[in-house]
Amino acid sequence: MNTQLPTPEPEHCPGPESENAGKSDACAGCANKEICESLPKGPDPDLPLINKRLANIRHKLLVLSGKGGVGKSTFTSMLSWALAADPNLEIGAMDLDICGPSLPKMLGCENETVHSSNSGWSPVYVGDNLGMMSIQFMLPNEDSAIIWRGSKKNGLIKQFLKDVDWGDLDYLVIDTPPGTSDEHLSVTTYMKELGIDGALIVTTPQEVALLDVRKEIDFCRKAGVKILGLVENMSGFVCPSCGGESKIFKPTTGGGEKLAKEMGINYLGSVPLDPRIGKSCDSGESFLDLYPDSPATEAILDVVDALRDEIE
Amino acid sequence: MLDNIDHIVLVLSGKGGVGKSSVTTQLALTLVRLGYKVGVLDIDLTGPSMPRMFGLEHGKIHQSSKGWVPVYYDDSKRLSVMSLGFLLGDRGNSVVWRGPKKTAMIRQFIKDVEWEDLDYLLIDTPPGTSDEHIAIAEELRYCKNVDGAVVVTTPQLVSVNDVKKEINFCEKVNFKVLGIVENMSGFVCPHCDECTNIFSSGGGEALATNLKLPFLGSVPIDPTFNELIEMQLEWKDRGSLIDQYGKSALSTIFAQMGEKLGWAKLT
Repeated sequence: MNTQLPTPEPEHCPGPESENAGKSDACAGCANKEICESLPKGPDPDLPLINKRLANIRHKLLVLSGKGGVGKSTFTSMLSWALAADPNLEIGAMDLDICGPSLPKMLGCENETVHSSNSGWSPVYVGDNLGMMSIQFMLPNEDSAIIWRGSKKNGLIKQFLKDVDWGDLDYLVIDTPPGTSDEHLSVTTYMKELGIDGALIVTTPQEVALLDVRKEIDFCRKAGVKILGLVENMSGFVCPSCGGESKIFKPTTGGGEKLAKEMGINYLGSVPLDPRIGKSCDSGESFLDLYPDSPATEAILDVVDALRDEIE
Repeated sequence: MLDNIDHIVLVLSGKGGVGKSSVTTQLALTLVRLGYKVGVLDIDLTGPSMPRMFGLEHGKIHQSSKGWVPVYYDDSKRLSVMSLGFLLGDRGNSVVWRGPKKTAMIRQFIKDVEWEDLDYLLIDTPPGTSDEHIAIAEELRYCKNVDGAVVVTTPQLVSVNDVKKEINFCEKVNFKVLGIVENMSGFVCPHCDECTNIFSSGGGEALATNLKLPFLGSVPIDPTFNELIEMQLEWKDRGSLIDQYGKSALSTIFAQMGEKLGWAKLT
């Protein structure tokens, strides 16, 4: 059913799903009044379907950050590779970044398409035990822009939760876009009943990034999502020719570690900048497998272990 | 509405964290150094960084009979900034808004801000191609003074792919792409002066050649610029951000970019 409203909601709108829809003070004079009044009330009818679909997933993880480009997708892909290295686990990775999906490229499956069957959409399998889903698989070509308003994005997110046939999974890792808006609200609302195990927050050391990350932490508290920990990415850079270390993004206000302390959340460690991480993401290969000796690999695996301890 | 502004330039990128805000900041500083009167509008509602970039985090928006008064950098009124960051009670507060509310806020920014006479209005945007972008495109649809958009990318493929989507968006809404900036292109090690391409290199230029768009230049990673931004309040005695930026190596690169964009020095 199309529930899109013809005009923007007024400021004090109770929301079309509220019992008061069409009846509150703000509804008087609003062009949406009649539509809101006639819409079905109460909880979303699709919720039971989502709950049923995701019932066989043991752990659900969100990867969040208020800031863009800090390494959410990189971390999601690393986390997926690292978990999938254990052949006894079944892993799923879901990309909720609708306008800028980068997970398929990082996992090396960008040219795949989604197949649908009686049981729903089949995820694209990157390995024997690693499946993934992204809007990228549905685009006519790689460069097509998804110029969608929030309500349309919500619809797709709901479909991802409702229609993807993951089968039995041990972990579902969910990559999110930057910010605190529609995608974040939708995924936390739809999965509320099932319960999300928690969120991993990614940041970089400089205050401009921490500023946005504080907002994301505030969002998690408001939305009731448990924060499993904070990881600082791009912490330092070791010059490959002289071995000297430099701070590219200076932690002038104490970086991730101080923020974690200040907010009372777990600090899971810092991952240094290694140019090879970017390269292996561009080519869709696992950095962890290619360079098992790199200090960055060690740091990432430490974070993954700390996360698993926190969850299990 | 926006009639007393000569040029409007948007700064866009499909990807987050590529340096839209730092490019916007530097373009604004470059314009001010050339003698123009500049306004900066920050439509990144859930992650506004413009107040921090200009050291204006304590700025407040005032209401006048004509509308909202933006925050001025100093008494000379050469540089003014409008951002949702100024309207939040606490800097850690999150703005958890769905699309329609964001659209309404942007409409208000366009309709209610009293910019006075500006030579340039720079608009900093959030990543993606969604509500904020649709809203600003709708608001600017009939404005004759929109020059177009500067598109920012970093050299990696992952970023270039998202940026292609943004260029696709520009075509659909008739924003002229003024040029592509490649940010974070290489890092010069302060210990040995060896340049390392942390996020590979050449992606932005190749993209520009491919799509036959002007390439405005590549900007290396310069930790001193980040430091300048982060420490500007402590370093007030060394001069204003505008003067200090003039001494930075990056200002030369942006001055050349300005030339390519046809920004001449005012006499």
